[in-house]
Formats: sequence, structure tokens, C-alpha cells
Amino acid sequence: MSAVHVTVDQSSCISSGQCVLTAGDVFDQREEDGVVTLLTGTPPESLSADVRHAALLCPARAITVDESPGPPPSA
Amino acid sequence: MTETELPEYPMTRAARCPFDPPPALRERQRDEPLGKVRTWDGHTAWLVTRYADQRALLADPRVSADVTRPGYPLTGPLRTGGGTIGFILMDDPEHARLRRMVTAPFAIRRVRALRPAIQQIVDDLIDGMLAGPRPVDLVEAFALPVPSLVICRLLGVPYTDHEFFQSNSRILIRRTATPDERGAAFQAIYDYLDDLMATKIASPQDDLLSELGARVSAGELTRREAAGTGVLLLIAGHETTANMIALGTLALLEHPDQLALLRDGGDPSTVDSAVEELLRYLNITHNGRRRVALEDIEIGGCTIRAGEGLILANDIANRDPDAFADPDALDVRRDARRHVAFGFGVHQCLGQPLARTELQVVYGTLYRRIPGLRLATTLDRIPFKHDGAVYGVYELPVTW
Repeated sequence: MSAVHVTVDQSSCISSGQCVLTAGDVFDQREEDGVVTLLTGTPPESLSADVRHAALLCPARAITVDESPGPPPSA
Repeated sequence: MTETELPEYPMTRAARCPFDPPPALRERQRDEPLGKVRTWDGHTAWLVTRYADQRALLADPRVSADVTRPGYPLTGPLRTGGGTIGFILMDDPEHARLRRMVTAPFAIRRVRALRPAIQQIVDDLIDGMLAGPRPVDLVEAFALPVPSLVICRLLGVPYTDHEFFQSNSRILIRRTATPDERGAAFQAIYDYLDDLMATKIASPQDDLLSELGARVSAGELTRREAAGTGVLLLIAGHETTANMIALGTLALLEHPDQLALLRDGGDPSTVDSAVEELLRYLNITHNGRRRVALEDIEIGGCTIRAGEGLILANDIANRDPDAFADPDALDVRRDARRHVAFGFGVHQCLGQPLARTELQVVYGTLYRRIPGLRLATTLDRIPFKHDGAVYGVYELPVTW
């Protein structure tokens, strides 16, 4: 497990809402059309699994998850 | 293999396995996951049966949902009279423009706010069943009224007209209806919503048809586009969920251990996972998603040529052993959220947050309030909708 960095592409979002259901502390929707907004681009590590799952579920592939470099492996 | 020897799609379910996809689909997934089939009009199309291939193709911009393109595998003869049902058979950018006009009410926050009203509708209908005679047809008394009442409220359609739009919807999605019958059914619902829209433009209310009417007045939408969108939302909003309620109940009654887990689990997360699992397991849209390739596409060692049709059979994709362990088992505790029952790609079901919430309220309430619910007939006497674009049961006699 490691922290991740998240970005979203609002132009390709289709407002399915799957990301909000999966990781509601990271993703939200615009009032006027349900398009995705980010609550945070650097969620706490405890949410990494949910964020990855949200990206997998997104039907429009509008979520990109960058795996931040984790701490160096202990010697 | 010559074209006349190709198997015909759709295939037939096994008589004793009403919840399972046709056995021939399972064989195709195992032996020839990408291969050609023949459709009703003698044309050929690629049948795509694997979960991973379906997700890849449904999200691929080289794949079109435009029903008017040559090579698109039609589900049957086009209905007479023309007219378009919303945006589901269009490509971007037109599809995206029209879809975004109606996404706001289906946002998670807006749907969550509807939950108490949905709970009230469900409780009132159950009160009515408990006070009425037994046995009762669950379809008529409960499964059809729940989503019809909800979508009527959301759109601003008077529920008193439910027999009119329910009967015309049934004709429109019946495989065996003639082009004239389907044309007349479409026109009736279209004219009805167009008239209603005129009323809403004159005196707007707090509902989605009024919002569409305002966009017509503002010049953002044509009257035709607005009415077509209304037709799509009204039909898709009641018919699909109604079938998930009735067929889901039947599946649970036939799997009492799973019903007990759902009813007695005492955990809302079990209800949520049961909804996803029943969507995966039952696949009420059993005609396959239809598409046509815009360019040559290499996938799974095959080349789909530009102009060739695609049928993506979501029912068997959701039973793909490479995607779901023990795929033919109904297991309400599994994590089935990645199913393709709502489709995938830009056309994935617009109303899924509403459908999920309705099913969560229904599955979380009905069996708890009527714990003795049981079939008032035997499984072999239940009429299944083998002839419909949407699978389910025509009636479900129950007692308690």
C-alpha cells in the first residue's frame, strides 16, 4: 500500500457517479451536471485502494491514478 | 464456416435454468470468445463474450452506437414512423450534449435526497399488499408501481397515466411486436410527452420535464430532442427496475440461504452488495449491447474490420470466470461492483444511481416486512420474458 496522486478529466466524465459511491471523500460531482470534481488530489494512504477501485469502475476512464513513489524499502 | 452455418443470435436459455444465460453463449465464451454470429435479418456480426474484451470495446472511441450506420446489428426491423428515443443510439458529440442536459438529477447527492420518498412509496405499497387479498401478483402490486411512481415524480408525469405508458413501453420492447405496432407505441408516448412538455413550458413545476422545457425555451434543445429524451427516461426509468425487482425476488426465493443472509444480516452493506450481485447475476438486458466498428480494431488475436457489427453479450460477460470466481453462484456477499449490467463506456446507464437506490430500498425492505413471502405457484409455471429486450417475469404470484 502506498499513497497515490489522482487527476480527473472533466471533459470525458459522463456523470455515472461511481467514483462518489466508491471514494466519496476524494470525488464529488458538480451541482449543475454531475460532472466529477476532486476534493483532494492527494488522498491519505488509507483511501488508496478505494481510489484505485474508482478508477477501475469509471466507465469513461476519466480518472488517472499515479502511484506516488513510496518510502524507500527498508534495508 | 459459411454464413448460413453461423449460429443465430440471440440464443435460447435452457428451460430449467431461467436465471442463466443461454448454454450456447457459455460455449462461445469458452471455445471462441470472439467470433461471428448471424442476426435475424441474415447479416453477420461479431459476438463478444469475454468481460475484458467487452470493457475494452465499449470504452473504445473507434466503436459507434449510431443505429443509422451501415453494419450496425439491428435487434429487429426498424419501427415505422421514425423518431429517436433519446441519445442512447447516438455518438458523441451529440450524445454527450444531450446526455449532459439530464445528468444533474441523477447525481449521487440528488438521488440520496430522494431516498426517503422512495422508502415511503415502498412502504405504502407493502401496506397495501398486506391489507389486500392473497395470493397477489408481485409485478402488478409492487414491482411495476415502485419505479413507475419514482420516475413519474422525477419527470413530472402524472402517475394516473401509468397504464398508458406501461402498456406502450411493453409493446416497444417486445421482440415479436411488428414494426407498425412499435411505431404506433413510440408515437403515442412521444406525443404524450410532447403535449406534457408544452404544459410545463407554459407553467413550469419542480421536475425534469420542466427543466427540459426551460432548455427548449432558451434555445439549447429542440422540442423534438427534449421529447425524445423524455421518452427514453420514462421507459428506461420504470421497465428495467421493475424487472430487477420481480426477477430478483424470484431468484432470492429460489436461493433461500441467500435471501436469509440479505434479510437477517442486519447490515446495510449486505443489501448494497446484494443489489450489485443480483444485477450481475440476472442481467435483465439480454439482447447484447449493439455497436459498429468505425475503424479496423485488433483485439484478442482477431481483426474487427471497419463497418462490421458488434454484439457485446453482457449476460455472459458477467459470468466470465476470468472476471468473477465461481461466476454461476449467486453470492450476495461478494464484491460484484465491477459488473457490466449497466454497460460500460460513455453510454453506461444514466439512471444507475436511481436504480441502485430503488433496489436497495426494495431488497432491504420487502423481505424484512414480509418474512414469510413465498411463491404461490411453482417455478415451471412462471412466464418468463424470453421475447423481450428486457428479461424478467410477466407475473409473479406470491403469498405469505
